[in-house]
Amino acid sequence: MDPDLALLLNGIVSGLLLGGLYAAAAAGLSVSFGMLDIVNIAHPAFMVLGALVVALLWAATGLDPLLLSILLAPAFWAAGAGLYVVYHHFFERRGDEAIQGLAFFFGVMFIIEVGLVLAVGPEQHFADAAYASTTWRLGEIDLPLRMLVPAVVALAAIGGLALFLRRTFTGRAIAAVAQDREALRLLAIDPVRIKRLAFGISIAFAGLAGGALVVVQPVDAWSGHVFIGRVFAIVIMGGLSSLGGCVLAALAFGVLENVTASFFGPSWSPAVAFGCLLLVLAVRPQGLFGRVA
Amino acid sequence: MNDVVLHAQGVGKRFGGFTALSGIELEVRAGERLGLIGPNGSGKSTFTNCLAGAFAGHDGAFSFKGQPLHGLKPHERARRGLARTFQLPRPFKGLTVLENIRVPLAYAGREAASDEAAMACLEGVELAAKAHRMPKELTQVELRRLELARATALRPELLIVDEAMAGLSHAEVDQILALLFRLNASGTTIIMIEHVMRAVTEFSQRLAVLVAGRKVADGVPAEVLAMPEVEEAYLGR
Amino acid sequence: MSGAVLPSPAARAPRRLGHAGFWLASAAVAALLILALRGLGSEYAYFAATFVLQYVVLATAWNILGGYAGYVNFGAAAFFAAGAYATVAAGKAMGLGLLPCIGIAALVGGALGFGTGVLTLRLRGAYFAIATLCLSVVLQTIVVNWSYVGGSRGAYVIRPREVPFGFESYGGYLCAVVVVLAAASVALARQIETSKLGLGLAALRDDEAAAEASGVPTLRLKLVATSISGAMMAVAGAPLPFLGSYIEPNSAFGLSYAVNAIAMPLIGGTASWAGPVIGAVLLATLQQVATVTISSAANLMIVGVVLVVFVCAAPHGIIGLFRRRG
Repeated sequence: MDPDLALLLNGIVSGLLLGGLYAAAAAGLSVSFGMLDIVNIAHPAFMVLGALVVALLWAATGLDPLLLSILLAPAFWAAGAGLYVVYHHFFERRGDEAIQGLAFFFGVMFIIEVGLVLAVGPEQHFADAAYASTTWRLGEIDLPLRMLVPAVVALAAIGGLALFLRRTFTGRAIAAVAQDREALRLLAIDPVRIKRLAFGISIAFAGLAGGALVVVQPVDAWSGHVFIGRVFAIVIMGGLSSLGGCVLAALAFGVLENVTASFFGPSWSPAVAFGCLLLVLAVRPQGLFGRVA
Repeated sequence: MNDVVLHAQGVGKRFGGFTALSGIELEVRAGERLGLIGPNGSGKSTFTNCLAGAFAGHDGAFSFKGQPLHGLKPHERARRGLARTFQLPRPFKGLTVLENIRVPLAYAGREAASDEAAMACLEGVELAAKAHRMPKELTQVELRRLELARATALRPELLIVDEAMAGLSHAEVDQILALLFRLNASGTTIIMIEHVMRAVTEFSQRLAVLVAGRKVADGVPAEVLAMPEVEEAYLGR
Repeated sequence: MSGAVLPSPAARAPRRLGHAGFWLASAAVAALLILALRGLGSEYAYFAATFVLQYVVLATAWNILGGYAGYVNFGAAAFFAAGAYATVAAGKAMGLGLLPCIGIAALVGGALGFGTGVLTLRLRGAYFAIATLCLSVVLQTIVVNWSYVGGSRGAYVIRPREVPFGFESYGGYLCAVVVVLAAASVALARQIETSKLGLGLAALRDDEAAAEASGVPTLRLKLVATSISGAMMAVAGAPLPFLGSYIEPNSAFGLSYAVNAIAMPLIGGTASWAGPVIGAVLLATLQQVATVTISSAANLMIVGVVLVVFVCAAPHGIIGLFRRRG
């Protein structure tokens, strides 16, 4: 096979795998930004927190990093729920959501990042899963397990979330609160409780995505910044509250970024990806898969 | 015979698969008092928003004072003399009552945006005493009056009053009606969108009825209200 | 949020200083400050004053869009660095001195602000905020890949040998320039705040749809505010290369500028021109002290914590604590 074609195919495949991971990160944001209308820019900081905690625990215990991520998810859920309570008390209730709310999450992001630097230092951390050195081959295409397994786990988690939102009572209540919080009150469901639950889920996903990420590539305390634009770009491109759109946008994004990196060098890929976001905002702000407000 | 100040031709609006308005034909003459009624969800707010330019696009066309409104942004329509109030009053919460009036005066007024001119507007709605208070200190009916004052500061030729009577007491409704009659007497054409039947029947020279996005009646209030379709829309079968 | 304009009728409050009056007062304060610093004659005093005053410009600039119009810009670092790199590029290409570079920086920053605005200001404020987050990364990537301005290795800027206007040292001259910039930006902010533009911005900040219905051309005003804010933030960054003689992307695009540009106005109070000044002086001084005594990472943590605390407990900032309005 022509080497450039092989490079392209591998770029696409690893882009898809990476995209699966981005999808998990963005899925959480799809819940908080898309459904609850909370602009949580600290979301990637929680990803990094998850990544570093998993890396440290793996170094200490040797347990599989993905298993650790799943075990940590409830803790992240609790952190998210707690953060929402504070946010709701100080901002949503007052109706002062606009700039103070944004600044609040910015401050939280900052505190997490600087806290991590102070706690674990600025170096990169990683976690090697047992299968990390295995690579399956399909003809010319490499499928490194260290990318495949996290991507599969991430997509499975998103599938679980989608089922939860569609089939369970609480899940449907979350989808409902996104559309009309007053209607929920009429059903004697406390919208604040539902939103707290949902925000907790969004942070749990952030933690899970971070834990999966650290298997794929090394992470340091400042990594969040490159992810901020990515996850928001994906959520917006996918049409805010559409989980399916989110997944598709994440896969497309992963491919675009990875192929650019393969052919033009890694230092250009962040700009290309964000250029996409700006373009989407300018031309079709409801995203590729969303509907016009 | 008065000129036609507003002409709606085939106005319609769809949201995804849902048709909120369809084929609305309406003519309003200068100085007229038109009432627009209909059950909830019949499209009255959608009509107002289309007219005010709040939507990016809609079917059909409006012509205002003989000129098409197509493509004009809300602030341009306001400057041309088309004013509206909002169903729930939307004052500028960070500005005083007086400053709230200075905004339309400064940006669309035909005269200088002096404090005297702003006070004059406030006197017209009897809010002059509260000129330096913040909107959160006003009562509901005072907020409605502020909303009206802000719209009239534009010296509009056409004013759309969107459900200004909701939740008001009998005396408060009379207050607002008196204001609107005064405004109309000075030459402003008024379209009143209302649920409070007493207000709209007292006020309107002509009544138009929207049901499920279509206009089903347009004429003298007494006749329109006696029509079976209108009764059915409001009372059901 | 407290209103952006003080109550005006003469009968109720003492007559406010008119526009010209305030510009004169600012000029007088600037002259006094320059003379005082010159009297001290210490290079460290010049450096410290320059450090604090560049933040006054940055915070004031941020507040024109953030406080007056209600649109949060997370990418202040991008505009700041754009100004710094405009100086580097212009200095290298045309051998220009500090003052013309400041002018060029203003143009670059204004264009950047306008461009970002055109792409996102028709959408909700949150989208503008997100776009500005990305802007830093995009610009930094461009600079890192642009060898003309030194790429990731950075660039050296040589201070001219002759010091203009008869100052004894270049540090003193630079400080004086920044004093003037700070005074001018504060005067400009106040002029905007009390003008028709400020009234329109306050209206659209409170309720954009109602502002439109009142005849305010919201998109146009937002673009004006973004352009002015962007230009001023770039002007704040323009002297940076001359300050340390060396500039590289990681510090120029550093988070410290982004977080401070937001924290200073929010802590001082976004309602008026005085807030960013108070916030900048307080926080910049605090950070200088903390960097010297503890460490620079801890000092950033302090800013983050103070920001969160203030935003929760004192949403109208320090000014809001003293001025209870209605």
